[in-house]
Parts: sequence; structure tokens; C-alpha cells
Amino acid sequence: MDRRNFLKTFGIASGTALAMASPLKAREKVAPKEFMGILIDTTRCVGCQTCEEICAEVNGLPAPDLDVDVLKTKRTPTPTQYSVINGFETEKGDVYVKQQCMHCNEPACASACLTKAMLKTEEGPVIWREDKCMGCRFCMVSCPLNMPKFEDDSPKPKIQKCQMCWKRLQEGEQPACVENCPAEALMYGKRSELLVVAKERIYRNSDQYVHHIYGEHEVGGTGCLYLAGASFERLGFNTDVGTKPFPELTTDFLYAVPIVLTLWPAFLLALSNSTKDQDETTGSEG
Amino acid sequence: MDGKKGSLSLLTSELKRFAQFLLSELKPKGKIVTPFNVFATIVLAVAAAILTLRFIKGLGAISHFSQFHPWGLWISFNVITGVAFAGGAYVLTFIVYILHVKKYHPIIRVTVLNGFLAYVFYAGALVLDLGRPLHVINPIIGNSFGVSSVMFLVAWHFMLYMAAEFLEFSPAVAEWLSWRKIRKVLGTLTLGVVIFGITLSTLHQSGLGALFLMAKGKIHPLWYSEFIPILFFISSIFAGLSMVIFERSISNKVFRRRSSSEVIRTNDDILVGLAKICAGTMFAYLFLKLLVLVHGQQFSMLTTPWGYWYLTEVVGFGLIPCVLFTWSVKTKNILLIQISSAMTLIGIVLNRLDTSMIAFNWMNPEKYFPSWMEIEITIAVLVVQILVFRWIVNRMPILSEPPIWAREHKKTVEKIQPIRIKEEQEAWKVSII
Ligand code: SF4
Ligand code: SF4
Repeated sequence: MDRRNFLKTFGIASGTALAMASPLKAREKVAPKEFMGILIDTTRCVGCQTCEEICAEVNGLPAPDLDVDVLKTKRTPTPTQYSVINGFETEKGDVYVKQQCMHCNEPACASACLTKAMLKTEEGPVIWREDKCMGCRFCMVSCPLNMPKFEDDSPKPKIQKCQMCWKRLQEGEQPACVENCPAEALMYGKRSELLVVAKERIYRNSDQYVHHIYGEHEVGGTGCLYLAGASFERLGFNTDVGTKPFPELTTDFLYAVPIVLTLWPAFLLALSNSTKDQDETTGSEG
Repeated sequence: MDGKKGSLSLLTSELKRFAQFLLSELKPKGKIVTPFNVFATIVLAVAAAILTLRFIKGLGAISHFSQFHPWGLWISFNVITGVAFAGGAYVLTFIVYILHVKKYHPIIRVTVLNGFLAYVFYAGALVLDLGRPLHVINPIIGNSFGVSSVMFLVAWHFMLYMAAEFLEFSPAVAEWLSWRKIRKVLGTLTLGVVIFGITLSTLHQSGLGALFLMAKGKIHPLWYSEFIPILFFISSIFAGLSMVIFERSISNKVFRRRSSSEVIRTNDDILVGLAKICAGTMFAYLFLKLLVLVHGQQFSMLTTPWGYWYLTEVVGFGLIPCVLFTWSVKTKNILLIQISSAMTLIGIVLNRLDTSMIAFNWMNPEKYFPSWMEIEITIAVLVVQILVFRWIVNRMPILSEPPIWAREHKKTVEKIQPIRIKEEQEAWKVSII
């Protein structure tokens, strides 16, 4: 049974009435080509955690615990830490992976947000706006990588996640982690150009890299792109997310909404009229 | 001049009468110190303390939800499960006003009232759960419309549906206040409001399922499928009707004195009818569940611990009550109908909690179990709902006959004049004076 085709036929049948009564537009697409992004080369990262430190500093968060053995404890971002380094022992030596919000091209979190507090900016970063958010946490339910975090110890909780240093970008600077990485493992730039750089690195050192750029196609493409020497699965990446943008999971449903809104009342009214008892006086039902 | 003065004094006396009436109605009827009332007082007092803590220290201080289980018991039980239980209102209005099956007319008001209260209090619970409850106005006033969000749709439908249910129920309020003209106007609105309400219900019952479409990969595959919206919608039909059966079984005892002879006389007949609809829709639901299972080729998962749990829900509290319903309709066994409806309700609780809580982020080692304070608040919400329900049923013509002036159209149907009980006569005296 092909649901989409079924809906399409239905949609055409109900014609223009439908178009007029469709308060729900499909999710807006922003042309993805000029998005900015960050290329993260895990073969270069030395696991010094400078990025964790500077991230906390520029975002006014408590200083991270730098004494943890990142090879032993696997961490995820928290409401007070946007970015974490995890280490993995592989046949190619220890590999360090920076983890933070991926800044998806078509983010699930932003399409889930009913107040547009979570927003995909035209420049690429996915930002969160305090004055709009009502704290429903639907963004957390929807993000395939569980990146948005909720401050549960505050009466005015924020949703916390990496925003690619949105404020710094507007002042013409680079994200703090990129600027301060001593190993040049991070690179900031236009997503399309980063992809070229990444492919070139794979091409030149084809035995050093896995021939895959994580984030090129995952969940419809992400702003953060990863290069790795060992298989991504071994490095703790979620490789089951697929290449379909997550908001597409709800488009079928959202397309059906205006159809139901137009056809249902007409159908119900007709049904009611056809079953009505002739000598029943209307007007005082209830 | 004289006319003006006259109408002024009429107005003041009228207002006085109205105030007196309201005051007399506000007084509790019946005994004050009953086990339930004592229980309710304690629960509400504790709830007040917990909520104070919540607004000072944040949600984390009272609830166990976490970064991997962002939605806890309040959303999963009060909202997701509760709204399915409240589905009886739209199903019954469909049967009575659209299909014109008069048999169910006696219980339409009590069902709509139940539905309305459920929405009011579940929406209330939803606001308590919001991190920044004051910003709830943002998606309403158009500060920012996140139109691509299923949550946006659900939130709006909740609000509109609450208004629709209130309008559906409002004739009873007008009768209670003896507002004849207003009652007449409200009566003419019914059909339109009912159609609007059914449409909204179709969309938000399925919308609640659609909330989880983007949680693909987080919800255990046995509970995740692209058909969640349809499954949620179909199951809301028999969930709602099972709730009606359950409510009828209790109200018919507790509020017997308030019930009209018609309500009492037709009760068993209505229950059998509802059981029949339950059995039919449950069969359709289970069939669809099976199709989803076959489609996803998930049979091998059935022999894992998750699979056993799934079978408990779908067979133990799905297939078995479905069969029991069918059997009880054949034998007209009211007790069996009540047992089946209770089992069905448990099945719905399991299904909704499994989807939104238990099998959510199932691969994550961190598990969620609600804190006692979350459970307390959940109970408190139910208690408030019961208290308000009792207050209204004891005063307004919900189960009892509407006043004679509002009843003309029924004369042809109803020939026997019911014997009015004393309490009600008294209530009438007050409103006439
Ligand atoms: S990784 Fe999650 S939080 Fe970040 S943009 Fe994508 S959906 Fe949003
Ligand atoms: S918690 Fe805030 S940012 Fe997240 S979906 Fe809700 S309103 Fe949007």
C-alpha cells in the first residue's frame, strides 16, 4: 500500500479548496548550498580537550573536568557542556572524537519546535532563542542524536546545545573551538568547500582514511562533517540514522491534515443530513 | 424615567437572585467528611507543596525525567493516555448527532462533560510540565508559528477542541442557570460544534501518535511504525468507549439518585451497544497491528524480553478483552463487559506508556522510573477532575432530566413522566425564587 500516492490522489481530487484551507505549510526548505559548517578530522585530533575548555569559557559555562580519562569514560554533552571529547582505542592507535550538535541541514529539532525557538539560520548554525521557547522538550524527543539538553535545576530552564558560536560568527569571528584547536583538527567554512577539502584528504591519503564523510548524507546532510581513520561505528557514531532528513517523517501526516480539515466536515454534515429522522425537531439538541 | 427605574430595580433583584443561587450552589451537597474527601484533601495539600518546590527549584527537583527521557509520567500518562481515554466524547457525539442513533442520547451529556474536564485538566498538567509555562502564549498569539511542528498542531487542536466541548456541554449550564434564550441559541449551535469537534479529534488523536514519528530509532521497533498516527486514532475509539463503560458502571451506582429513570433504565442496553462497537474497532486495530508486524518482519523480535512485553500488551490486554467483549455481547453479560473494558483500559495505558516512556530510548542503559512526586501529582490531577465532575453532576442536568422548558422536542419520544427526586425539586425552588 503506497500511502503517499493514495494521499496525492486524494489531494488532487479535493482541488483548490484544499489549497485555500491549508494553514499548515510543508516544512520550509532553505537551499543548503551556502550553509557554513565545521570539518572535524578525527585523525588529527590529539584529545587535548582545549575545545571543551574554550567552549565553556566563551559560553559562560562552568569549566569542564579535564582530569577525566576520555579513553575510559564515554560522555555525552550535558546542559553545562556543549562539546565533549571521547577517546577510542583502535588498531590505528587512540582516536579522539569531538561530539556536539551536528547542525543538520534539515534539523528535526527545528521542525519539531512549535515556537520556532529552535531555528535553522540561513547561515547554517541551528540556534535556540530564549524568549520563544516554552520548554516542551519536543526538540529533545525528535533529535536523532539526543543533542538538545534541558536545564532541569532551574525555574527558568534553557535548552542547551552547541550553537556554533552564533554570536561570534555574526562578529566575523570563527567558532571558538575551531580557532583554538592546536592540532588543526577543526576547520570552519562553507559546507560545500569543506566537502571538497575532506574529499581531497581522502583522495591524497586513501589508506589513512575511511572512504566516507560522516555528515555528508546522514539525516539529509549535516553542518558538521567528520573524517576518520577507523570505522565510524567503532568510534561511537550512530550509523543507523539513514540519509533521509528527519522532518520528512512527519510530512505525510502534515499533508493529510488540511485534507481531513476540508473533507471531514463536509462528509459529516452530509452523513448527518442523510440519517436525520424526518419528524425530529431540530434546534433544541444538546 | 419610571421605566428606567423599574428595569434597574428588576436588574438588581435579578442579580441578587442570581448571586444567591450561585452561593447556594457553591455549598457542598451531602456529607463533607467522607473517606474520599479526606483522601482528596491530603493529596491536594501534598500536591500544592510539590508544585511550589517545582516552581522554585525547577523540574529536576521533583521529577526523574532525564536528558534521555525528556518526557516523563505527566506527558505519557496524563496527556498521551488521558486524551485517548477522553475519546469517548467525539465517538458518542458522532453516533448520536451524526448517525442519529437515539439510543445513546441519555449518556451524551455526561460523556461530553467527562471529555471536557479531561482536556481541561490534562492541558493543565501539560502546562505544569512545560519548562517555561508563561511562554505557552507564544504559539497562541502568533509570536512565532512553528507550523511545521506536529506539536503546534496538537496544541492548537487541544485549545479549539476544549472550546468545542464546552459549547457542546453549555446547554446544560444554561439550563442550570435558567437562561432560556441563551439555551435556545446554544442548542442551534450543537450540530456545527459537533462536526468541528469530531474533525479536531480525528486530527489530534492521530497527532499525538505523530509526535513520535521523529523518534525513529529511539522507540523499540515493535512500537515504532509509520502507522502510529492511524493506530493511535483507531485505538482512541475503543479506549474512549471503554472509559465510558467504566464511568457508567461507577456513576450508575454513585450518582443513582441524580440519574433520571431513563438513564437507569437504558444503562444495560447502552453498555451492550458500546461493547459491540469496542469489539469491532479492537478487531480492526489488532488486525492493523498484525499487518505492521508482518510488514516490518519483526517476528524474530517476539521471542526477546521486549517481545514478551509486547505480547502482554497486544494479546493479554488487546486480543483477550476483544474476545471477551464479543462473548459478553452475545451473552449480554454486563459484568463481563465491565471486566473487558477495564482490561482494555489497562491495555491502552500499556500501549501509550510503552510508546512514549518504556520503550523510548530503549537502547540507552539509563532507565526512567517516575518519582513518587510525579505519581502524586498525577493522582492529584485525577482527584481534582473527580471533584469537579461530582460538583457539576450534583447540580446541573447531566444525568438528570433537563428542566421542562428545555425539553419540548423530547415529548414525542418520552411519554412517561419521570418522578423527580426531592433534592432536585429543592434546587428548582431556589432558582425560581
Ligand atoms: S543534531 Fe539534533 S540538535 Fe543538532 S541540529 Fe540536528 S536535530 Fe538539531
Ligand atoms: S523545548 Fe523549546 S526549543 Fe525545544 S521544541 Fe519546545 S519550545 Fe522548541
